[in-house]
Amino acid sequence: MINNIKILVHQGKQYIPDITTVEIPGIFRGRPIISNEKVDEKTLEEICPTQAISINPVQLDLGKCTFCGECAVAFPDKIKFTKEYKIATNNRERLVVKEGEENLIVLNPDLIRKEISDYFSGSLKLRQVCAGGDGSCELELGACGNVNFDMGRFGIEFVPSPRHADGIVITGPITKNMAAPLQICYDAMPKPKIIILAGTDAISGGIFIDSKALDRSFLETNHVDLYVPGNPIHPLTFINGILDLIRKRK
Amino acid sequence: MKSISIKNNQQIPFDSIPVLEYEHFLDYNTSLLQIEDNHCVNYYGVSQQGNIKLICCVANDKNGLINISSAVVSLPTTLESFSQYHLAFEKFEREIHENFGIQFINHPWLKPVRFPINQSDKNNTIANYPFFKIESEELHEVGVGPIHAGIIEPGHFRFICNGEQILHLEIQLGYQHRGIENLFLQKKKLQELHTLAENISGDAVVGHSSAFVNLWETLCLQKTDGDLHFARTLASELERIAIHTGDLSGMCTDVGYQLGSAVFGRLRTPIINFFQQWCGNRMAKSLIRAGKTNFPFSAELGETLKNVLDKFEPDFEEMCDETFGSPTVMGRFEKTGMITNEIGKSIGLVGMTARMTNINRDIRASHPYNIYATLAHQPILKHHGDVFSRAQIRREEVKQSIAYIRDLFAKIPSENLNRKPLAKPTSNVFAISLVEGWRGEICHCAITDEKGELLHYKIKDPSFHNWLALALAVRNNEISDFPISNKSFDFSYAGHDL
Repeated sequence: MINNIKILVHQGKQYIPDITTVEIPGIFRGRPIISNEKVDEKTLEEICPTQAISINPVQLDLGKCTFCGECAVAFPDKIKFTKEYKIATNNRERLVVKEGEENLIVLNPDLIRKEISDYFSGSLKLRQVCAGGDGSCELELGACGNVNFDMGRFGIEFVPSPRHADGIVITGPITKNMAAPLQICYDAMPKPKIIILAGTDAISGGIFIDSKALDRSFLETNHVDLYVPGNPIHPLTFINGILDLIRKRK
Repeated sequence: MKSISIKNNQQIPFDSIPVLEYEHFLDYNTSLLQIEDNHCVNYYGVSQQGNIKLICCVANDKNGLINISSAVVSLPTTLESFSQYHLAFEKFEREIHENFGIQFINHPWLKPVRFPINQSDKNNTIANYPFFKIESEELHEVGVGPIHAGIIEPGHFRFICNGEQILHLEIQLGYQHRGIENLFLQKKKLQELHTLAENISGDAVVGHSSAFVNLWETLCLQKTDGDLHFARTLASELERIAIHTGDLSGMCTDVGYQLGSAVFGRLRTPIINFFQQWCGNRMAKSLIRAGKTNFPFSAELGETLKNVLDKFEPDFEEMCDETFGSPTVMGRFEKTGMITNEIGKSIGLVGMTARMTNINRDIRASHPYNIYATLAHQPILKHHGDVFSRAQIRREEVKQSIAYIRDLFAKIPSENLNRKPLAKPTSNVFAISLVEGWRGEICHCAITDEKGELLHYKIKDPSFHNWLALALAVRNNEISDFPISNKSFDFSYAGHDL
C-alpha cells in the first residue's frame, strides 16, 4: 500500500492540462500548407501513394492522405506540414487543402445536427468498431482515454455495448467480412446517434480503396458527423474534433 | 537434391528451387520437422499455368539456413496432409485448401482461415463458419465478437463451457481481410508498397516494414547502408519496448489493477512520442524506406532518446516490482492460460509465445539480419508457459532492448550522403526475409517475373502460427480468465487476416 502511494506521488500529474492549446513536441505532420511555388506538378502528383494530391490547382485531400510526408520531402518549398493537429471536420470538402490558401480546418456549425449539442455536449458515450483497421488507430483511440490525454474528463468515453452508446467510431477501410457486423452494431444503438470516421482508411479507404475485399456501402446510406484524418489519428486531433462537434452551436 | 538452402535475405533463381514429387515433398518436409532445430517459416501455394506450385520453407535455427523445396500439383486434387505428421503445418494447409480447393487427407480440421477474396469456394461466407459442436444438456456455448467490448480488432470466439469452465474454444478470424497480398501485385510504385507494408499490422509497423524493405533490397541486390541497418535495428527494439509496456498496462487492466494500468500506460507515451520526434508518427509509419531514409538518426536524437530511457527505466522497474509483488495480481497471473513446452513444440509456436514455454526460437539469434549479428542476442526464456511467464518475458525483454539501444548509442553511424539509387528487382528470382518483430517472426517471401515485377508476394505474421495457442491455453480455465489470457498473448488480427 505504502509503495503504491509512493508511486502515485512521484508519478505526479501526468495529464495535459489544456488539450486545446498544447504544442506537440518534435516533428508532427498535421495540417499542410501548399505554396504557390511553381513545381513539376506531374511528378508531385505521382509521388503520392494514395492519390491524395491532385493538380491544376494543386490540392491535397487529407481524407486520402497517409501523412507519409514524401511529397514534402521531395518538394519542400511547395508543401509543408505544420504541427497543427486540429484537422477534424464535419464537412468532407474542408479536408481538401488548396494551394495558396491557409485556412484552418474547422467544423461547419450549420451542418451539426441540433440534437448533438442538445444531448451530448456534457456526455458522449462511444462504441468503437474496427472494420479492417490495422490496429494503430485503435491504439490511439485507446490512448485518448489514458492518463495523459484523459478524454474522460470531458465526459467522452468508450463503452462496451452499442446499447449504451450515443455514437459509433469506425476505423479501417470497412472490409466485406465486417460490413454486416458493423451494420448490426449501428442498428443496435438507440437514437439519436452519431457516426465518426477515424483515420484515413475509414474516410477514404486509404491505400486499400482498390481492393475487392472492401464493402463501403454503409457509408453510402448513413450520414457521417465527423471526419478525423490521420494514419493513425493523433489523440489530440480526435479529442479536439469531438469537443468542437458537441460544443459548437449554430 | 531435395531442397536448396539459403540464408535470410538471400535471393535465388526461382527455377533453382528443387521440384519434388508430392510424396517426396511430404516425406522430406515432415521428416525435417522431426528435428527440433527446424521449424516451418512458410508453406504456401502459387498458381502457375493452371497448376499449383507448393513452396515450403523450413528454417534451421542452428545453422541459420532455410531449406526451400517445392512440388507441383494439378487441380482438382486430393493430397495426404503434412499435418497428420506434424501439427505445425495445420494452418498452412488450411490456407492452401481455402485458396485453391486442394483436399488434404487426414487433416484434423480443414476449416476456412480468413474467407479471402481469392478463396476457391465462392459460396463460403464468414457468416456460415462450421463451428465444432458438442450436443449435451450440461454444456452451453458462449459466443463473443466479432466486435469486442474494448477498442480492439474484430474476431469471433466460440466457447463451449461446463458451468464457468471452458472445455473448448474455437477462434474464427477473417473479419480484417483487406486483400493485402493481392494489392502488393496490383500496386506498382515502391511508395505504395511501403504504405501497404506499414499497414499490415499497425502495432508492428517497424517489424513488417523492415521485413519488406530488407526483402526489397535483396530483390534489387542492393547492399544496405550501415545507417539504414542501424535505424531499423534501433526502431525494432524501440517498438518492442513500447508495445511490451503497453501490453503490461493492458494486462493490469484485465485483472483490475488500476495503478499498473495507468502507470504502464503512461510509460508507453514517451517511447512512442520519441518515434514522433524522429519521424513525425507515433507508430513509426513513414520511418522505414527501402534504400533510403527521410529521417536520419542524428546525434541530437540520440541524446533525446538517452534522456527518455534514463527516465523510463527506473519508473518501469519500480512499477514491475510492485505489480509482480502484488498478491492480487499474481493470483490472477500464475497458472492461468498455460501452454506446455510439448504443446508449444507440436503446434510450432514462434516468438515470445514460444520463448515463454522454453522454446529457444528467436530470429535475431538464429537468422540475424540488419545489425543483430553484432549484438550477439541471447533470447530470454521462461518455463511455465502461463500469463506470468508472458508478463516476465515482457519485463525482461524491455530491459534487454534498453541495454541494446544503449550499446547502439556508442557508435551512431553518420548518414550516407551518396546513396546509390535502387536498381530494379532481379528477374525470375525468389527471396525470403525474416524479422523478429515484438510478437515473433515475420516472414515475407517474394517471387519476381521475367520483367522483374512482383509475380507473387506472401506475408506471414507470427500470429498465423500462434492463434491456436490461445485456444488451447484457456481449456479448463474459468471463462472469466479469458480476457487476461487473450491480452497476455496479444496476437494480431490484421496481421493474420491480411
